[in-house]
Amino acid sequence: MSFWDYFRSRKESSASIAKERLQIIVAHERNTRQQPDYLPALQKELIEVISKYVPIDPNDVQVQLDKNDDCSVLELNITLPES
Amino acid sequence: MSTIITVTSGKGGVGKTTTSASIASGLAKAGHKTVVIDFDVGLRNLDLIMNCERRVVYDFVNVINNEATLNQALIKDKHCPDLYILPASQTRDKDALTKEGVERVLNELGERFEYIVCDSPAGIEHGALMALYYADEAIVVTNPEVSSVRDSDRILGILQSKSRRAELGLDPVKEHLLLTRYNPERVEKGEMLAVNDVLDILAIPLLGVIPESKAVLTASNQGVPVIHDVESDAGQAYEDAVARLLGEDRPLRFTEVEKKGFLKRVFGGRA
Repeated sequence: MSFWDYFRSRKESSASIAKERLQIIVAHERNTRQQPDYLPALQKELIEVISKYVPIDPNDVQVQLDKNDDCSVLELNITLPES
Repeated sequence: MSTIITVTSGKGGVGKTTTSASIASGLAKAGHKTVVIDFDVGLRNLDLIMNCERRVVYDFVNVINNEATLNQALIKDKHCPDLYILPASQTRDKDALTKEGVERVLNELGERFEYIVCDSPAGIEHGALMALYYADEAIVVTNPEVSSVRDSDRILGILQSKSRRAELGLDPVKEHLLLTRYNPERVEKGEMLAVNDVLDILAIPLLGVIPESKAVLTASNQGVPVIHDVESDAGQAYEDAVARLLGEDRPLRFTEVEKKGFLKRVFGGRA
């Protein structure tokens, strides 16, 4: 860093912003990569079934598969509208 | 027993063909019988980089379709007696590469060559998948830039799930990171991801760092792989990368800014 740079505003460098953004997106994408192909279809059909009985927003149904050492947990999170 | 090395990246324009040409030339210079295959069917360019574009008669797809023999399609390199080039087809579509056809050609090449370098097309479509399917080792070419790093991670995921080694449950494809177009000055200013930043994110072993260099364009203008430009920084960096690929331990070069004198440091060398 030169003498003049010292007086410039000490903003976070763009490289460290890049690194931070990459760490987040890469971690997220690695997670979805390990998920089986049927998850989106499963989510879609669940929404269709639930919609028959309760009006819900498609975004209120979350499907996630977590893998532990010896078992997998399929987590369904459905937010029902307040009635 | 031959080794299949795929040069891949996901993102286009990061230096796959430049790298394929230089790595293949470097392996041949080190005395290993080597062939480099262009998998970019429809958009071949390896022939230009290796200066054999006017000697292409038959290509990879012709050999797959039994329209030509390997001997008819292989082009002998002008610089290295141990190097041959198998050009891609310019006219066919990429589906011309079948899994069985590619396997047959690779097996036949494996009887004659120690190293088979596969220059992958960009993207994650059929041609790119064919180029990485049979890989024993993969060189993932990455620029210190967000979209390139993300695409490299994607390609690593595909290598770990869709390659032949992954499907058959064999030892995984050996992964190497090659960071290209690296500019130490911009890294020092915080304008560019540093080697260690990219290593933190991708978490695979580093094969080398190729500095951003005028020599690369000069080399492609002339059709001489940059590794032959032994005076240039990029040429020497590729030489180091080939040595590491062959198991030698070499320190990194060209990743630090050359030390400036006192005056330049005070005034930032801008005056």
